[in-house]
Amino acid sequence: MKVIVAIKQVPSRDSRLRVDGSGRWIDPTDLTAEINEPDAYALEEALQWKEKHGGEVVVLCAGPAGATQTIRDALAKGADRALHIEEENLTAYDSLRLAELLAAAIRAEQPDLVLTGLQSDDLGYGQTGVILAELLGMPHGTIIMQTEKTAAGIRVKRELEDGWFQFVELPLPALLTIQSGINKLRYSTLMGIKKAKSKEIKALTPAALGVTPGGAAPLEKLYAPQRGKQSRLIEGDARKQAAELVEILKHEVRAI
Amino acid sequence: MSSSDGILVVMEQTRGAWHKMSWETLAGAQQLGGGMPVTAAVLGHDVGALAAELGGKQIAKAIAVDHALLASYTADACTAALTQLVAAVQPALVLLPHTYQVRDFAPKLATRAGRVLVSDVIRIEAAGDGFVFVRQLFQGKLNGDFRAAGAGPHFASVQAGAYRVDTLAAGSAPVETFAPALDAAQIRARVEEPFRESARAVDLTAAELIVSVGRGIKGRENIGMVEALAQALGAELAASRPICDNGWLPMERQVGSSGQTVSPKVYFAVGISGAIQHQVGMKGAKTVVAINKDPNAPIFEIADYGLVGDLFEIVPALTEEIKKHK
Repeated sequence: MKVIVAIKQVPSRDSRLRVDGSGRWIDPTDLTAEINEPDAYALEEALQWKEKHGGEVVVLCAGPAGATQTIRDALAKGADRALHIEEENLTAYDSLRLAELLAAAIRAEQPDLVLTGLQSDDLGYGQTGVILAELLGMPHGTIIMQTEKTAAGIRVKRELEDGWFQFVELPLPALLTIQSGINKLRYSTLMGIKKAKSKEIKALTPAALGVTPGGAAPLEKLYAPQRGKQSRLIEGDARKQAAELVEILKHEVRAI
Repeated sequence: MSSSDGILVVMEQTRGAWHKMSWETLAGAQQLGGGMPVTAAVLGHDVGALAAELGGKQIAKAIAVDHALLASYTADACTAALTQLVAAVQPALVLLPHTYQVRDFAPKLATRAGRVLVSDVIRIEAAGDGFVFVRQLFQGKLNGDFRAAGAGPHFASVQAGAYRVDTLAAGSAPVETFAPALDAAQIRARVEEPFRESARAVDLTAAELIVSVGRGIKGRENIGMVEALAQALGAELAASRPICDNGWLPMERQVGSSGQTVSPKVYFAVGISGAIQHQVGMKGAKTVVAINKDPNAPIFEIADYGLVGDLFEIVPALTEEIKKHK
């Protein structure tokens, strides 16, 4: 069983973001990066599949040279090897072009299963996995909370809205988008980190994959949102803030 | 049934009940319309009554896309049916509500048409020979404009709350039936009946006061501090998704698109950044109080009262102050 897991490196969650000079992306100065959270769960699910069913876990990542850090982490956790599509400016691709880039790399590998997070914390398109499935001719399941191997392929638990779920069985090869919380993330061990140093990271380029930047609906402009509703800010130290809020809750909101 | 240059709205229903975001999307299409005819379609089996209800809105046409293989949702059948519908209607723009189901098939639909779906948009403007779609990035911290120019169809899914249902205009429109050609062999997924995990032991929907905790709380060992605040207020304790994913609070206390939708008198958001998935579940609250260290957190956009600062100082101080006044 060969599992490919597509991961992405994104700015850390509590980053203060500033739009850069181009007005199309954020200024990377002073930003720390981490693996996109749902992708971390997709990686963990892939590693658990290998432990249960044998085979190989291949990490696929499109991103700048600096994404090597996230790729190495994934190898340290137990992935066998990696494909790195080196591209400094991912935002020049619209969602379809980006998926074409990933699909070209996946096709050559002929995997049994492709996993990815349900959406990214930066662009948040939430559609790369589904587009990939269509491009690869695979059936897909989205927002997956559980997976099990069956005689016919794979049975997955889809999360629906408002507390509803549904089991769906798909033939393999298939693509799944993984929801955060599906499993418990592992930490890398010292041994894993050491081993990762000798694991293969194959560099690929968009040109070699035959995909050019652009597309029909690229990001044109990035900016801070205008505040719709002005919240009333309660200032001062914690004690003063607490006292003022309680006054408001008593006399204005009449909630206590 | 060609209606060139129009907007096609794909409504969502489950077992005969509308998804309410469908109406918001239809309201958005009406506002954007400005002369562009709006066609609204509903997919399923025996959906004539739903289509007739659509015919009572101010649109050009209502269409029942009816087939036995559309009775239970699958991405394969839905994509095949809509591909045929889009080819027949030839709209400039296809609008869908950004529901979990739409997230499952709309990227596939657009890709099959060789087009790009702009997902989860909060605003749409007609611009020249195309559209500008505004959507949120970085979990609501920044907005981005996406321009789709040239010949249609363009595809976009609309975020919950982007348009108001109460602006939906009534009217009278003809109702048609569209019978797509579908083959059971095209459907690769074998779907089982949807289910709920268990009867909900906790019903947050009736709570008057809710204290909800998010990522800012940092660790399981700190939940007790927020619980003490809830207790002092006589409020229900709730959480954003990551807290429940980590098992720090049970899933049944989760507020948001995958959890419960609440509308208390006061909602205290403690250490919650306010990503849209969370806002969907709580923006019906009458009053929102947000406590967060990041003044740019999206939660402050919907908060009535904002306390910017360290929740580890503010929460205990607030608990103490409330106890004094009770």
